[in-house]
Amino acid sequence: MRMSVLALVGLTAGMLAPPNPAFAEDQLTVTGGGGSFQKVLRKVVFDPFSRASGIKVNEAEYDYGLAKIRAMVETKTVSWDVVYATESGVRQLCAEGTIETLDWKKLGLDPDKFEDANYTECGVPAGGAATIVIYDRDKLSNGPKTIADFFDLKKFPGKRGLYKSPPVEWALIADGVPIKDVYKVLRTPEGVDRAFSKLDTIKKDIIWWTAGAQAPQLLADGQVVMTDSWTTRVYDANKNSGKHFEIMWDAAVLTGNAWVIPKGSSRLDAAYKFLAFAGRPQPQADVANNTASGTGNRDAIALVDPTMLPNLPNAPQHMDRVVLSDSSFWSERGDELRQRFTAWLAK
Amino acid sequence: MATIAAHTGNLEDVPLRLKLRRVERRQKLKAFILVLPLLLFVLTTFVLPIGRMMFNAVHDNTLLKLMPRTMRALDAWDGSDLPGEAVYAALAGDLKESSAQRTASVIGKRINYELPGSLSEVISSARKVSKLSDGPYREALIETSPLWGQHGVWSLLKRGTSAYTGYYLLRSVDYQYSPDSRIVASPPENAIFRDVFLRTLGISIAVSVVTLLLGFPVAYLLATLPRKSSNLLMILVVLPFWTSVLVRTTAWVVLLQQHGVVNDTLMALHVISQPAELIYNRIGTIVAMSHIQLPVTLLPIYSVMKTISPIYVRAARSLGAGPFYAFWKVYFPQTLPGIAAGCLLTFILCLGYYITPALVGGPADQMVSSFVAHYTNEELNWGMASALGAILLTATLLLYYFFNKLVGVDRIKMG
Repeated sequence: MRMSVLALVGLTAGMLAPPNPAFAEDQLTVTGGGGSFQKVLRKVVFDPFSRASGIKVNEAEYDYGLAKIRAMVETKTVSWDVVYATESGVRQLCAEGTIETLDWKKLGLDPDKFEDANYTECGVPAGGAATIVIYDRDKLSNGPKTIADFFDLKKFPGKRGLYKSPPVEWALIADGVPIKDVYKVLRTPEGVDRAFSKLDTIKKDIIWWTAGAQAPQLLADGQVVMTDSWTTRVYDANKNSGKHFEIMWDAAVLTGNAWVIPKGSSRLDAAYKFLAFAGRPQPQADVANNTASGTGNRDAIALVDPTMLPNLPNAPQHMDRVVLSDSSFWSERGDELRQRFTAWLAK
Repeated sequence: MATIAAHTGNLEDVPLRLKLRRVERRQKLKAFILVLPLLLFVLTTFVLPIGRMMFNAVHDNTLLKLMPRTMRALDAWDGSDLPGEAVYAALAGDLKESSAQRTASVIGKRINYELPGSLSEVISSARKVSKLSDGPYREALIETSPLWGQHGVWSLLKRGTSAYTGYYLLRSVDYQYSPDSRIVASPPENAIFRDVFLRTLGISIAVSVVTLLLGFPVAYLLATLPRKSSNLLMILVVLPFWTSVLVRTTAWVVLLQQHGVVNDTLMALHVISQPAELIYNRIGTIVAMSHIQLPVTLLPIYSVMKTISPIYVRAARSLGAGPFYAFWKVYFPQTLPGIAAGCLLTFILCLGYYITPALVGGPADQMVSSFVAHYTNEELNWGMASALGAILLTATLLLYYFFNKLVGVDRIKMG
């Protein structure tokens, strides 16, 4: 009897225990948003890094939600050593101490070389992507021109795809708020109400997506007439799948991204080596050349293929009508807005 | 000898009864020992985690743990007016520490559950207070953020002095604490959970009914056909049963989408001119769930029908009953235990559905488990997830109890 109890306890304990984190230094788990973008990262960042350092890179994927990182750090079961995160995510995680504060001397990089140096406390900027509206030129010859068109069901009947997170900036811009005032309006309760009542007008015609690969897929399947998407995915769909997806740049929402290290990673040294590598100009330029994402390191822009430059989200010709995502707004009010958004969706 | 003789009548049966009892006890013990490993397994992997989860629904010591000084100081506060300088000083001490430990966002998040908008205030006060050198703190704190001048935040903190809270359970049924600690209805933009529970029940009932209506005739056919052809049909029933739920759900996405097989066929046949909306709504959810649950309802009905002897119906017919009358009065009542078992299984399984509504339903078709997942994985609000789970579990057990009263579980036959 004793034996079976012991065996049982041993068995359950064995199943519940976290995997052994020993033999740390020769491998590293790097987590990104998956899909075509991560495929490029593998080719131009992970593999060259492995060849240069002898550290094997294991990959994991997530949907840019912060909860999993928080849960890992809180329960001290960190299995992601490096994470590719959005700027507002970096700020939030940094403020609550979920990710490592970086020692730039140890990294051997100059923080002043990076775009938007005020979030480099915890992350190495890796360039930005933009959330834009796309449509299929083959099916819709005269596509939407402004974000108001996205909300105009009469002019463009049919379903729209949207990323499952509160798209409040676009709702306000479509409702007539000038781009520069968007976050000022959103900081008032009336502004939030206004955004949600604008969203109400198209609620029935939205298909919500959660993984980056879904948006081009929904469009390709004809499930939606237009959808928001990330610039990097559109570039891939047109280049590698022969699609004719058109980008509507009006009110493109620009977000930065950065490489961060969750606190409690057992492979801190290797993670530092990875960040140092990923922050160099050449890998960053390689990523931009293959995905049309922006660059974080200013020295990288000289290495980017000149024909590629107009495709980058921070190209000068787009700048007069883009929304620079206010990461401090999102890190302060994001939780509240998402709560309201969840309730709004469920009705 | 005389005494023994006098008791002969008793002596005969007492040891026998004792012997019987001993044998019975030994058998019970043997049975118990055989069951014991499973019992321990169920205890450690099922009962304990569920108990822990139920406990989480009412237990929350975030404030108690992260604001120990304020909680101690608040013990003396009578709750009528704003608290005195001593409490504010304690708060300043806690905020200073939270700023150093980077726990301000955790405190802020907890307060934010009940007082939306407080998260940013708490984080910024913690940052500002860490620069304050000395008191008096009361004025200084109210100046850094008007939050600390509100009576509501203090009643909330006062409630935090107990490690037990009804907040999560109340929220799960659309109630909450008002600023003066009374229980009031949640504001309409947050009151969604009663709808969600009703929706979960509604979808589960609908799926049970659909599977019954579709499954009963097929089960009847299977039970009455000769073995050879019924075996073939049976394969058609159980083959999907053995396929992964995810695969079957994704197949429904392919079939039902706007330019999917169903819509394209109907359009080609000129039945409809516009693609019908078959997916990402309630129709898609019920169709896909019914397909997945069909064998679960059908198989118990079939196994019960298999045991019903055709003699009864034949006897009824020979006594002059019409075919329908014989079926309804003689055959159908005998299938009831199977129907009850099948529908109960389907109904209870449906209550916990998550992946199918997520893939083929719209946002307004998500069931309770989807919100449990949302609060567990996305919001990290494990109190809310536990409370929703606890209510769902209690509701299921209650339903089972009443079902048992009505039908009697002992009548259920699984074959």
